[in-house]
Amino acid sequence: MDAVIEAVSLRKNFGDFKAVDGLDLRVERGQFYGLLGPNGAGKTSTIRMIYGFSPKSGGELRVFGQDVATRWREIRARIGVCQQDDALDPDLTVEQNLLVFASYFALPKAEAERRAAELLRFFALEGKAASNVRELSGGLARRLMLARSLVNRPELVILDEPTTGLDPQSRHQLWDRLRELREGGLTILLTTHYMEEAATLCDELVIMDHGRALVRGTPTDLIDSHAGQAVLELVDPDPETRTAALASGLDTEDFGRRLLVFSGSFDELAALGKALPSGQHILRPASLEDVFLRLTGRELRE
Amino acid sequence: MFANLSLRLWRVWARNLLVYLRTWKVNFIPPLAEPALYILAFGAGLGNMVGSVRVSGETVGYTAYIAPGLVAASVMWQSFYENTYSSFVRMYYQKTFDAMLATPLSLEDVITAEILWGATKAMVATLLMGTVIAAFGYIHLPDGLWLLPLSALGGLAFGSVAMWITGITPTIEMFNLPIFLFITPMFLFSGAFFPVDGLPAWASGLARLLPLYHLTQACRMVSLGRADAGIFWNALYLAGFTVVFYPLAVRAMRRRLIK
Repeated sequence: MDAVIEAVSLRKNFGDFKAVDGLDLRVERGQFYGLLGPNGAGKTSTIRMIYGFSPKSGGELRVFGQDVATRWREIRARIGVCQQDDALDPDLTVEQNLLVFASYFALPKAEAERRAAELLRFFALEGKAASNVRELSGGLARRLMLARSLVNRPELVILDEPTTGLDPQSRHQLWDRLRELREGGLTILLTTHYMEEAATLCDELVIMDHGRALVRGTPTDLIDSHAGQAVLELVDPDPETRTAALASGLDTEDFGRRLLVFSGSFDELAALGKALPSGQHILRPASLEDVFLRLTGRELRE
Repeated sequence: MFANLSLRLWRVWARNLLVYLRTWKVNFIPPLAEPALYILAFGAGLGNMVGSVRVSGETVGYTAYIAPGLVAASVMWQSFYENTYSSFVRMYYQKTFDAMLATPLSLEDVITAEILWGATKAMVATLLMGTVIAAFGYIHLPDGLWLLPLSALGGLAFGSVAMWITGITPTIEMFNLPIFLFITPMFLFSGAFFPVDGLPAWASGLARLLPLYHLTQACRMVSLGRADAGIFWNALYLAGFTVVFYPLAVRAMRRRLIK
């Protein structure tokens, strides 16, 4: 297969701090790839190396088969980046943001205008073309950020937490657009803190922590192998219930006030649930969030 | 350092021009109104008391004396403000540079374009101011047209210094310091308002080291239509400032932005 991003033992140090500590990554053409991890796991550092913003400290990094260190200008011409911070140009209108950005890619003026019109339509921003960027709501601003990252018809789009701070409507709308883009053959690299987002969008993902990859695979495979099918979640269990759950012989994870019991079978957990006092537990399908918390722990970062 | 420069930098310059033209009416007023106010205040007010000043052996009216000094000072203020406050806002608050650095633009492209833009604004201000001052008859033409390339040269010098300061300044409030220590004293002691020869020897010696002194000298000579070989050395001195501070500016910005 055709690899768009290939990283081998990629490293990034800030002084003594190892932000990325030997990461291997391979994203194939047309894949929707997720980069997950708690704050400070090294996601943004990884992304910045991929688009040639930060120089790597070690390892190998190739994008479109080319070395990022030397061919960054050619590579960036084929990439779209949607940064975490709203980096829209507040001195310009919505449409000018697209046109001026297109000029940085040296798009001819007529082509830029055509592309801007197309993107405004795709992201339902036509009515806002002449608006000042400062007047846009959070959801509209995000849509424009994404539109802007597509202005050069990139082969790879990098999205750094694209839906942080959005309301559910805006988030779902953005997801729909992303799915359409993926169907159009675009390769997408996404970082997110929302496990639901990763599970619904990504073909494959890697969960990283402390600059290293912990696990990788499809969302379903990861749930299967690290959390199973079903979860019995005990919230604030009394001591006897806790002891009974821990003594069940099943796979458990103690998060303090929450105790999770994992199993490959709902029936098994339903039986355990019946044996425990009612009102303290719920039975539900396992999720990517369970996997994430099991692997990265529950202590707060930063 | 020049390896990372490309012609694309003019796209960044064009972006600044586009923003400038969106509010051109507001941007054009100060350089048009200021010289008129100064000429009124200094010419009609102070000028009547001072009378005339001697420039290399010849007597010049006070208004004609300060007019080119005001042009030189405006070049300094325009480019210094643009590449400190305005560049800092774009870099730090608006994340404009971060967004640009995700496109095929290099850091050198962005920083160079910012400095060129500061120099461009200085030239536009000179053009507007110069037109007003020339209309009052205080600029000798066509010699006075040399004010434009001199403004570009001065703009690059002050813009490079400003961009270096922007690269090492932690917060926007800290720009008060170089303005208080460097720009304001230079504004007052570079011979725009009085000949520095009148100062004590040590002070006039110091004044001659200031870049604005050289810009003021050169602007005055071309405005009075008495340009001589001296302005070549003035221009060289300003170019020297750019040669020293432009690489420092690029290095400071690289350290600041690229992590």
